[in-house]
Amino acid sequence: MLETAFHWLGLAVVTSPLVLLVSLGLASLFGCLLQEKTIARLTQFSIVSGLAASLAILVLMLQSGVRNVPIEIGNWVSLPDEGFHFHLKFVFDRLSVPFTMLSFILCGTVGAFTNNYLHRERGYNRFFMLYAIFLVGMVVSSLAGTIETLFFGWELVGLSSALLVAYFHDRRNPVQNGQHVWVVYRIADAAFLIAALALHHLTGAGDFDKLVGTGAWPEGHASIEASHALYVGLLLLIAAAGKSALLPFSGWLPRAMEGPTPSSAIFYGALSVHLGAYLLLRVSALLEASMVLSGLVIAVGLVSAIFGALTARVQTDIKSALVFASLTQVGIIVAEIGFGLRYIALIHIIGHACLRTLQLLRAPTLLHDYNGFENAIGSHLSVSPIRRSRWTSPQFQNGVYAIAIYQAFLDEVLKTFVARPFLRIFQWCDRAERRWTSFLSRDEHPIVKDEPTHPGSLEEFV
Amino acid sequence: MNELHLPWLELSVLVPVVGAIIVGRVRQVNVARLLTIAICLITLISTIGEWIDFANLNSFEAHDHWDLLEWLFDHEVFVIDELNAPLLPLAALLCLLTVLSTLRTKQTRFAFHWMLVSEAILLSTLSCRFAWGIVLLSTAAILPMWFEIHERGRSTQVFSFHMGLFVAALFVGQCLVDLGWVFFGGALLTFAGLLRTGIVPLHCWMTDLFEKCSFGNALLFVAPMPGAYLVMRLVLPIAPDWALRSIAVISLITAVYAGGMALVQTEGRRFFCYLFLSHSSLVLVGLELATPIGLTGGLCVWLSVGLALSGFGITLRCVEGRTGRVDLGKYHGLYDNMPTLAAFFLLTGLASIGFPGTVGFIGTELLIEGAVGVYPLVGMAVVVAAALNGIAILQAYFKIFTGVRHEATFCLRSRLPEKIAVLLLTTLIIGGGLFPEWGILSRYHAANELLRHRGSSLTASPTHHTSFPNQPKHGN
Repeated sequence: MLETAFHWLGLAVVTSPLVLLVSLGLASLFGCLLQEKTIARLTQFSIVSGLAASLAILVLMLQSGVRNVPIEIGNWVSLPDEGFHFHLKFVFDRLSVPFTMLSFILCGTVGAFTNNYLHRERGYNRFFMLYAIFLVGMVVSSLAGTIETLFFGWELVGLSSALLVAYFHDRRNPVQNGQHVWVVYRIADAAFLIAALALHHLTGAGDFDKLVGTGAWPEGHASIEASHALYVGLLLLIAAAGKSALLPFSGWLPRAMEGPTPSSAIFYGALSVHLGAYLLLRVSALLEASMVLSGLVIAVGLVSAIFGALTARVQTDIKSALVFASLTQVGIIVAEIGFGLRYIALIHIIGHACLRTLQLLRAPTLLHDYNGFENAIGSHLSVSPIRRSRWTSPQFQNGVYAIAIYQAFLDEVLKTFVARPFLRIFQWCDRAERRWTSFLSRDEHPIVKDEPTHPGSLEEFV
Repeated sequence: MNELHLPWLELSVLVPVVGAIIVGRVRQVNVARLLTIAICLITLISTIGEWIDFANLNSFEAHDHWDLLEWLFDHEVFVIDELNAPLLPLAALLCLLTVLSTLRTKQTRFAFHWMLVSEAILLSTLSCRFAWGIVLLSTAAILPMWFEIHERGRSTQVFSFHMGLFVAALFVGQCLVDLGWVFFGGALLTFAGLLRTGIVPLHCWMTDLFEKCSFGNALLFVAPMPGAYLVMRLVLPIAPDWALRSIAVISLITAVYAGGMALVQTEGRRFFCYLFLSHSSLVLVGLELATPIGLTGGLCVWLSVGLALSGFGITLRCVEGRTGRVDLGKYHGLYDNMPTLAAFFLLTGLASIGFPGTVGFIGTELLIEGAVGVYPLVGMAVVVAAALNGIAILQAYFKIFTGVRHEATFCLRSRLPEKIAVLLLTTLIIGGGLFPEWGILSRYHAANELLRHRGSSLTASPTHHTSFPNQPKHGN
């Protein structure tokens, strides 16, 4: 009886955002534009039903004392002779239930807010289509019981995030920033995919319980050797760093603020930015298996936190300041995971995401109120004077300031040493190929361009 | 060998041949277009009929009932087996969708009768297991393209040079195999197959073709991947494992190279060409791994890429039909003018890279797993190629559909036939992505059978190397 209730409630949690996605997708495909009211109701229905079902699961879990509820959908694809399974499984446990509820609550808040914010905007339908993809991605990632299922949701979150950043189609900056986000996500996804394959080879399946032992989260223990844990863990750390904007991938975070204020900003400042940390929490048993890996996770977390704290202090716009403050907190959360403080990290994620959502929602009106105050009193509000430390030299302070204001030159380094040489090699090949075909055609007017013909290419994005 | 209940294979070749003769005589372009659509539809129905009939037989291979060609040539020229059974409907579908999405403004420049000739040759090539039949038909397929480039007054030199090499290698290679020089013959056949697929550095004919030919015909010349079919039929049964895996590595290099080249392209057609090249090389990687999982991945990606990238190409062609050749050096801002095409562009592009929920997802996973299983480090290049392609696709999407809104003096939205094409492909791409099991199992079974036949062919005497599958009577 209890199992049946869990099964149906679990399915309701997963299918409720899918219903929204399918409804909006089919309407778009058949070219019938839904009214704003209809979209708003569909969104409300999806969020409320999903949240209610996950709440019901939580209540049942607390009442029955069950700590781990797997919902088996079965094998999506299975080639038993080859040991290839694509197992669809969702797990409700102490990690996934709070994270799923958090996703529903914050997405619901964003949905309700955006419904007014984008009222009569041309891209209203498009926004909610991407919103639905994002919601499905978040819920699937949160509840994934296998690494492949997590990858499925992870990719959906990545795509919708990039397209949401580029929401304002008419302007070049948002689009270029959307492309930048996508480039970083693809690198992270590639690392994730390789890690998933490696896990398959090492454990024979992608199920998390095979990887971290049968104990309910957070009590599992990795069943693989330390060296293997280090290899897979490093790949997952790259994936998490890309998704959570940890160093050296933090360049995309302020760029993501080009999305519609404040809705998409909340996604990056409060939701998807925690997905990398969530991944590390999910595989935290791996970190225990390798001290080196734990050390690296702590180092990445702390460096990102310090970098975020420094950079946030020199930002001149509120959204950038808030996202770098987010980065600081995410860095600390990652460091907590590295130290093995799993519950603290989870509570930190929930608290931080809620607080940041409120801040980001309040940000535009705060500025408005601030201006209102200044107009009312007829002068600028007092600003606390900058105190210079007596313990450090002015040169050092200037250096730190420069690092903070230029965000440690991360984008410039990636552009100069990675993107540009990479593109130049292929541009050279392109010119060589054109010369060769022109030579073969005996073309009197070869289409060979000596100058790079692609000024708006990856160089701008990375 | 089992027999189909009707001569589906001969019908699917005969219908476009007769159609080409009729359409060639029609003077009114609009009537010619409608006739071509009807003929392509009948051909598609024949190929689907053949697939269903074959599936009901539960056999690895079958041939036509009342096989006229066998009676004439004393050879089973057209044979259907698990490899080509889904390829025939795929090819017929692509032809139908290409004609369906040809805008009226472009129909005067699109040679419908040549397209039907190409379709007949393509379907007969994909139905053929007789080695010399494949050689002759692969050569014949070149002619309509050559004539089209020539008729457009463009230089045919690049195409002639590469295709000359291809034909020479094909003929000499098959002669050597027949004479028992399997190693050298096989090497030449491999060279021919790779050249036809567009392997680096012998791929320039493909960019040249896309630049000089009509987009639709160029797409149909490459999208069903007859080069891969040639490799499967002529090379796989005779090549040793090390040779196949060397080809896989070359294909892997091509996949990464083409992915990188797609990133820096400023012309829509060249961009598509490199994207296709990268994907077709990935298919070859899977096919040449010669392991059940790799081969299954290759066969799945063959179908998914065929569907997805053809849809992608058709969308690009629809955009071209409205705005002229697409320059990727600037932003066109076309989203508001054609939102359906924009969504479809993204969907097909993402499906081609194996995005979750689309038809290519599981196939790509299998391919990567197969590649990493054989080459733990080198195989990861498949992931790199997929990542590069993914970046290139979104970049192209942004270039075409975003930017300052394009102000058109007339409506650029998709027309009804285009919508039908979009809906059909979307259904197949999403449907195949959500319910992949049947397709994957069918391809896995085909892969196992092909490997079993390859094994029996390699263990047989050298003279038998040439007989399978060139002479299907030696099959099972």
